Amino acid sequence: MIGLGLFNYWVVIFLMMVGFYTLIARGNLVKKIIGLNIFQTSVFILYITMGKIAGGTAPIFVQGEQEVVYSNPIPHVLILTAIVVGVATSALGLSLVVRINEAFGTIEEDEIEDTAL
Amino acid sequence: MSHHLPVLLVVIPLVAAPFAALVNRPRVSWAIALGSAWWAFLAAFALLRQVMADGPIHYALGDWAAPYGIEYVVDPANAWVLLIVGMIAAVVTPYALLSIEREVPDARIPLFYAAFILCMTGLLGIAITGDVFNVFVFLEISSLSAYALIALGRDRRALTASYQYLIMGSVGATFIVIGIGLLYVMTGTLNMADLAQILPELEPNRTIPVAFTFLTVGITLKLALFPLHLWLPNAYTYAPSAVTAFIASTATKVAVYLLLRFFFTIFGASFSFGEMQLDKVLMPLALVAILTMSIVAIYQDNVKRLLAYSSVAQIGYMVLGISLASALGLTAGILHLFNHALMKGALFMAMGCVMYRVGSVRIERMNGLGRAMPWTMAAFVAGGLSIIGVPLTVGFISKWYLIQAALEQGLWPVAVVVLVGSLLAVVYVWKVVEVAYFRDLDADVDIREAPLSMLIATWALVLANFWFGIDASATTGVARRAAEVLLGVGS
Repeated sequence: MIGLGLFNYWVVIFLMMVGFYTLIARGNLVKKIIGLNIFQTSVFILYITMGKIAGGTAPIFVQGEQEVVYSNPIPHVLILTAIVVGVATSALGLSLVVRINEAFGTIEEDEIEDTAL
Repeated sequence: MSHHLPVLLVVIPLVAAPFAALVNRPRVSWAIALGSAWWAFLAAFALLRQVMADGPIHYALGDWAAPYGIEYVVDPANAWVLLIVGMIAAVVTPYALLSIEREVPDARIPLFYAAFILCMTGLLGIAITGDVFNVFVFLEISSLSAYALIALGRDRRALTASYQYLIMGSVGATFIVIGIGLLYVMTGTLNMADLAQILPELEPNRTIPVAFTFLTVGITLKLALFPLHLWLPNAYTYAPSAVTAFIASTATKVAVYLLLRFFFTIFGASFSFGEMQLDKVLMPLALVAILTMSIVAIYQDNVKRLLAYSSVAQIGYMVLGISLASALGLTAGILHLFNHALMKGALFMAMGCVMYRVGSVRIERMNGLGRAMPWTMAAFVAGGLSIIGVPLTVGFISKWYLIQAALEQGLWPVAVVVLVGSLLAVVYVWKVVEVAYFRDLDADVDIREAPLSMLIATWALVLANFWFGIDASATTGVARRAAEVLLGVGS
């Protein structure tokens, strides 16, 4: 089947759109953070997928073998950094939500706009 | 020692930040922030002089040679941006001492300065690095600390402003990561110089234009180009005054630099503007930004918000210069980076002084302030003249170059828009001047001039506005060299 070889990339696109839609369409501040997380996760999968080579093994030197195919470790390492950044962003975002809840008494966007006036 | 200057510029503030948080004494934290800021300023100045004299500096981190290791590259373009960040931090930190004591609870001040140093570190890092993934890491360091700084504002709406910025900023950063990933997939490298070399040799494909698009959208979101500016007005309005002054004069400038670096150095002007026809997107957006945002600014009652909208319009001028894609246009854009930092810094700091004494920056509270706070309001007027672009101020120099660059390509309607933008700036600056100078003081309030330390810092930037407006040879010289480097001529 055409495109099945690109299964991971279809998953990336699906997750990216789900996350992005949630982020834009939801009025609940926590749900927005969840959307952001899904959105970022899709990028993690994108990076991890492109580092993988069909038939490739973990990039640990195999002694004695001549023709070993290794996967590319760099995208994996890069995305470790991005995961850390994602965790920090979620933590900061959620702590802001906690403080917004303390200050406004709600975490629904439309209700906050009403009380802010 | 001097050989390691590029890395020390970033590492010293990075190491200082946790100490500022740990000492738990507000004034000591402030002193650490002051030291870091002045270190960054002096080191950036030394780097700029070295680069202008001896050409680009390459520094391999940990001696791991590029393209495998991370490399710091300093050329006139980013040394210029480093200097802007360092300079503004060095001026804002002395100013912040009293302003922040008034606006932020004591217990949070050490954390405030830690976040402040981290924000500066991130901005310096974005500018200095020669590795695209490193850009993302520093971008997030500066953004995350900026969200925290904005959330420290007194008004509870600072929280929602910060949240909104966090959501939009993270989307922008994620777009940038996607772009970087797609570039890596096609080239197998993250080093900027390496990318610039490999990209033109690739066969025509669809991945690179997609990467280009993701990067463009991500970066323009960070630099608040109309219509992706929605996070900016609230963030600037509700952040503590010193934070607004710092972020307004540096964060968007660094994002503009990033745009320049990606479009000109990495993709190359012929790809960005020839094949992708980016100028046809950027120029209309920039023109719309200049006109609509200046008009929106006129209708604001909160002067910080007024200045925030004016910032979006001013970003329009920078992007306009870039979209002309000529040496002169780029010079104008790069020049305006510096000049706008000077004028917006001065204006926001003047508003910080008003906030300190009056407790509000709403326009109806400014009746007669010209008499009660003569030095503060004079600084505002001077900054306002610079925004308008009156001769002898830096604003005039930027606009002069911008109009020249537009006319050089026969785009006289663009030149007209620049002039109309100036006229609109007259209206919104006058709005404040009228209230402050032509109305009587409210009888029931007792308002004195702002503290000396805040005034000195504000006036340092105001005087710089005139200094570089009268003798622009130094700034235009660097801007022209930076433009040449980015366009790949000379270097």
